[in-house]
Amino acid sequence: MGRYVLRRLLQLIPVFVGTTFLIYWLVWAVPGDPFAGKCGERRCPDAYIDKMTELYSLDQPLPVQYFKYMSNLLQGDFGTTFGGQDVGALIAAAYPNTAKLAVVALLVEALIGLTAGVLSGLRRNGFLDNLVLVSTLFLLALPTFVTGFLLQWFLGVKLGVIRPTVSAEANFSELIVPGFVLGSISLAYVARLARTSIAENRRSDYVRTAIAKGLPMRRVVGIHLLRNSLIPVVTYLGTDLGALMGGAIVTEGIFQINGIGRTAYRAIVTKEGGTVVSVVVILVLVYLFMNLLIDLLYAALDPRIRYE
Amino acid sequence: MIRLSNLSVSEPGYTAGAGASRPLLEVENLFVEFHTREGVAKVINGVTYDVRAGETLAVLGESGSGKSVTAQTIMGILDMPPGRVAGGSIRFHGRDMLAMSAEERRKIRGEGIAMVFQDALSALNPTFTVGFQIAEQYRIRRGLSRGEAKRRAIEILDQVKIPNAKQRVTEYPHQFSGGMRQRVMIAMSLALDPEVLIADEPTTALDVTVQAQIMDLLAELQRDRQMGMILITHDLGVVADVADRIAVMYAGRIVEQANVHELYANPGHPYTIGLINSIPRIDEKGQELRTIKGLPPNLMRIPSGCPFHPRCPRAEQVCTQQLPPLLQVGPTRASACHFAEEMVSRG
Ligand SMILES: Nc1ncnc2c1ncn2[C@@H]1O[C@H](COP(=O)(O)OP(=O)(O)OP(=O)(O)O)[C@@H](O)[C@H]1O
Ligand code: SF4
Ligand SMILES: [Mg+2]
Repeated sequence: MGRYVLRRLLQLIPVFVGTTFLIYWLVWAVPGDPFAGKCGERRCPDAYIDKMTELYSLDQPLPVQYFKYMSNLLQGDFGTTFGGQDVGALIAAAYPNTAKLAVVALLVEALIGLTAGVLSGLRRNGFLDNLVLVSTLFLLALPTFVTGFLLQWFLGVKLGVIRPTVSAEANFSELIVPGFVLGSISLAYVARLARTSIAENRRSDYVRTAIAKGLPMRRVVGIHLLRNSLIPVVTYLGTDLGALMGGAIVTEGIFQINGIGRTAYRAIVTKEGGTVVSVVVILVLVYLFMNLLIDLLYAALDPRIRYE
Repeated sequence: MIRLSNLSVSEPGYTAGAGASRPLLEVENLFVEFHTREGVAKVINGVTYDVRAGETLAVLGESGSGKSVTAQTIMGILDMPPGRVAGGSIRFHGRDMLAMSAEERRKIRGEGIAMVFQDALSALNPTFTVGFQIAEQYRIRRGLSRGEAKRRAIEILDQVKIPNAKQRVTEYPHQFSGGMRQRVMIAMSLALDPEVLIADEPTTALDVTVQAQIMDLLAELQRDRQMGMILITHDLGVVADVADRIAVMYAGRIVEQANVHELYANPGHPYTIGLINSIPRIDEKGQELRTIKGLPPNLMRIPSGCPFHPRCPRAEQVCTQQLPPLLQVGPTRASACHFAEEMVSRG
């Protein structure tokens, strides 16, 4: 087990270096002068260009730039923006909000998606099953921004039960509707995945055995059926957390949440390469660690899987 | 001639084993059908059999004859839909289980009637230890504490002769060999000390070398606990050693029922003759097996008259028109063939 984790951690290194280098290269190799439009209509002063060039080693070959940048980053130095702002502070302000939003989205997915999926999987073709199928199809068909604007308008403007935008503190209660919007598509997937999984396992031999043992139906479903059916769902939910954080850009825009998505968006528009790379590097890290965690959880749920 | 169902109970010599007055489990005139997209498959068409305490009834028949579906209907684990019980009764201690509430039926499972499945690998839950799966019966059904339930689980694993039961109780099903896993399955079915045990081809998924061991174990446990056992099998060879009575099934009906020795010595139905002739014999080594020609019928279009007539070497005109009822043709024997009495008296 310990050795397995160590090996997996070591495996993360090349993946981490590969992905981050790719991002670094993409960001800094975008066609166009990184200083274009930075200083209003005029060309930037040479002194400023020189300073920035040195700071980001822009005159060096790309691998050297990357190496210097990463070694700073690993020491906790995210660098500064062209405007002189500390990128680390920028991220520190935005990240918790996105993390909160993603966790809310994940909880919504897990609670609503799983419940709907399990119930409809148990009674295939019943009323509830049809309701779940139709409503998840609805969620799948609507792009996030449509769901977002729709709910913002309906709940926020028309009914006035929520504030249309999220305050700077971004409390959990304010994040429920944005979280639902962010997780809506995955929620539909979770519901359908759970439904199929439950319906498949419902007819399996070991469920029959559990019934034949005279266990109450509650226990047959809640213990024997659920444990096995949850395995694919849990895997999906885990990998989804990373995707949710990366995909928060639209939701954060609609509800004006000061999160990582908006920070990245602004940085891309203003060609703040350093900020873009930092944001993405952290996203990659989260994603990789979540994957590892899910593999471990997977093995905990299914004892046939061995760490080797 | 008298109908079997009226006679079987009082007929002397009909029971082997303990001469209890009334069978523990009586299946009578059971009908089960499956409603599928292609049509209605009439899978069970009037099955009647019973089993008493201390007695082993072997149920024999080709694949698809309805042996497992009958067992599943008794256990209440039939897939419904597509399955549907279309008639008949299943009485346990004289009470019709098909008329009971779901809760009453549940309480009979495990404690009254338990089942050993064919493939222990798929029948055991892969994600829980064998100890958990056995102990939960003691915890849920008997209200024992975790520790006490575990102790009992080890005890029952010991009884089915699993070496090192104390260590193995915390292992998962996939960590056991096929034979040991089937022992776990047996232990699990015996946990609540059932009165009737249904074993559905308990050895077919196993290596030939361990098949005999598992069969011996089952026979021994059945004897020690004086259980009624319904042993479902294709294997006529196995049956001779362990069963008291045999019921032969064809197309969802019992076509012959008799004491083991009588049935072997003098089969009273052409289908039984076919089955016995298809057993490989040592003295006929090298010769081709005489199998029954043709295939079992399509259960959506069962032939008129005697369902066996298209394959029967003895069939006559009457067979294509009249369904032969299962009738008593000897003190311990019933057969569903128009010529049963002739066949039996000649033998
Ligand atoms: N869930 C189901 N849906 C549809 N048909 C079924 C179902 N279960 C069983 N059947 C049909 O019922 C018939 C009898 O099946 P059953 O399993 O009882 O046969 P069996 O005598 O046990 O055969 P085997 O020796 O192969 O186990 C078969 O034709 C089978 O196709
Ligand atoms: S009734 Fe006729 S067809 Fe059926 S088994 Fe007897 S002889 Fe054969
Ligand atoms: Mg079967």
